[in-house]
Amino acid sequence: MEELKRLGLVPPEERMKRGPVVVVECPQEIPCDICVKACPVGAITKEKIYSIPRVDFEKCTGCATCVLMCPGLACFVVDLSPKDHALVTVPHEFLPRPSPGSRVILLGRDGRELGEGEVVRVREWNKTLAVTVKVPKELAMEVRAIWVRK
Amino acid sequence: MGRRIWEHPILDFSWRGRKVKFYFEGRVIEAYEGESIGAALYAAGIDVWSWGKKTGRPRGPFCNIGKCSSCFMIVDGRPNVRVCIEPVREGIRVERQRGLPEIPKAWSDEVREEEVFSTDVLVVGGGPAGLSAALEASKHGVEVTLVDEHFRLGGQLKKQTHKFFGSRELFGGLRGFQIAEKLTAELASKENVRIFTRTTAYAIFDTSGPIEVGLANVSEGRLMRVRAKTVIVCTGAQENYLVFPGNDLIGVMGAGGAQTLMNEYGILPGERVLIVGAGNVGLIVGYQLLQAGAKVQAIVEILPRYGGWFVHAAKIRRYGVPIYTRHTVKEALGDERVEAAVIVRVDEKFRPVPGTERVIPCDLLLLAVGLTPDVRLLAQAGCEMRWVSELGGWVPLRTRYLETTVRNIFVAGDCAKIEEATTAMLEGAIAALSAVMRIVGERPELVQRREQLLRKLEEYREAPVLARTREGLKKVLIG
Repeated sequence: MEELKRLGLVPPEERMKRGPVVVVECPQEIPCDICVKACPVGAITKEKIYSIPRVDFEKCTGCATCVLMCPGLACFVVDLSPKDHALVTVPHEFLPRPSPGSRVILLGRDGRELGEGEVVRVREWNKTLAVTVKVPKELAMEVRAIWVRK
Repeated sequence: MGRRIWEHPILDFSWRGRKVKFYFEGRVIEAYEGESIGAALYAAGIDVWSWGKKTGRPRGPFCNIGKCSSCFMIVDGRPNVRVCIEPVREGIRVERQRGLPEIPKAWSDEVREEEVFSTDVLVVGGGPAGLSAALEASKHGVEVTLVDEHFRLGGQLKKQTHKFFGSRELFGGLRGFQIAEKLTAELASKENVRIFTRTTAYAIFDTSGPIEVGLANVSEGRLMRVRAKTVIVCTGAQENYLVFPGNDLIGVMGAGGAQTLMNEYGILPGERVLIVGAGNVGLIVGYQLLQAGAKVQAIVEILPRYGGWFVHAAKIRRYGVPIYTRHTVKEALGDERVEAAVIVRVDEKFRPVPGTERVIPCDLLLLAVGLTPDVRLLAQAGCEMRWVSELGGWVPLRTRYLETTVRNIFVAGDCAKIEEATTAMLEGAIAALSAVMRIVGERPELVQRREQLLRKLEEYREAPVLARTREGLKKVLIG
């Protein structure tokens, strides 16, 4: 997390409170610029194909196109604007597929179970889902995957 | 048909054609058109594919891509058929071999007379480098011949279910198997490309004039001799083995070999898996095993840090798979099939630390410990080779334009150095342009396109994660 912050990949909390915004967990210089081309508002830039992405959090609308398209499944959207919960959008490529209203298990970066959440939105592109779940506010920067019980 | 996967988050298995029946040592096996014999046998629970010639111990599949020779069987009386790259057909008779097989006398009479033909560009291997090479060459008005040992083109792209990195023009965002489908379809529409699948380029005979290459389609008893003005060798790589007690137990498999069964044929290679090696291959295959419904017990990595990319490690960690660094496999346990593995911590000199052993139950132990370039054809042709460990072992010297020390023989992809599919496709196109220029001359538009591709390749390789390859390449560049 500290590393991600240092690299400018985590939006300021004040920005997250105003509405959905991307967190790009891509702290290694790898040769890929899919997110740059994917972003409809040009909020992500890269100097060279392998540079660490630079994100303009003011431009970002939190549309989650990058969540769907990033080959590394490294983009997430966090929204702290709702009053009593946060919304986190994570990529998901497992069966069964969740749908709005599904109760799913919330997972941290290390796979630790962090409780349950309700799915509010599901989008899909080329078999990758972007699943938006309600999570407790304090877990907004912890939940990075979901698991759907069979 | 318990091992066949029917539902998958990424793949659909509608390619499974009509059911066919064939005979395995008298037993009727049901399979689907489009499967390899090996895949159908594994799906039917037949895991013993051969016996060690000295030890007599049973052996299972390892690489599943026609490189490792653990799958030699007798098919319709023909010995040494690699069943992992041989398609199932109605009514064929398959038997395992014990020891060295006899050469059938009747069969040798069946071989038809050698066919001789000429071509401008011969591409050997239809994986990412070869497909890209054939396609690029075909756009410039030359006659192209593409041969591949498998019954389906695409090489190892066919089993890649993750989305590719890179940029959009390099197919970034598409999944590997989708790139294979796209390139194969495009190639099929070209009238100046002849494609021979199930065909091995077994030798290069003469390089003084047109390059004479021997081709054989063993299962059809067909021999050919091509006189090629230029040859582009794109023969790929094979998975490395690792020495430890029990490494010949059934269920000890190449990680890529398991990936072939799982993603190309939709057959679950095992249910509880331990992976050795946390490079990109180990990390990616681990994630894909989870997608297919297997449980990945752990990934062990002997180095202090995993070797693959951060994003691949992060993907699999989110689902609770532990990556044990500074650990290796000490022993595989089991009677005939692997039942568990002993893992052990190592010190800074990679020596096992006594007392740190742990037993991990598993029915599949995957080796993701690197690849070795398949350079046999290049070496046989007399291309000068050099041992460069950063590149995976013996590799051919080559110019910036990918020509070897034998004039008019070019290389591209993993047989030239272990890297990945995006750069293999770029190299394929670069080598193709070099070959085409030998035939039609150095037309400015061709020179310009090749320079563009070279710049793209060099920019891609500037990435710090590719530093090792970059260093290695300095040792093989000539001219």
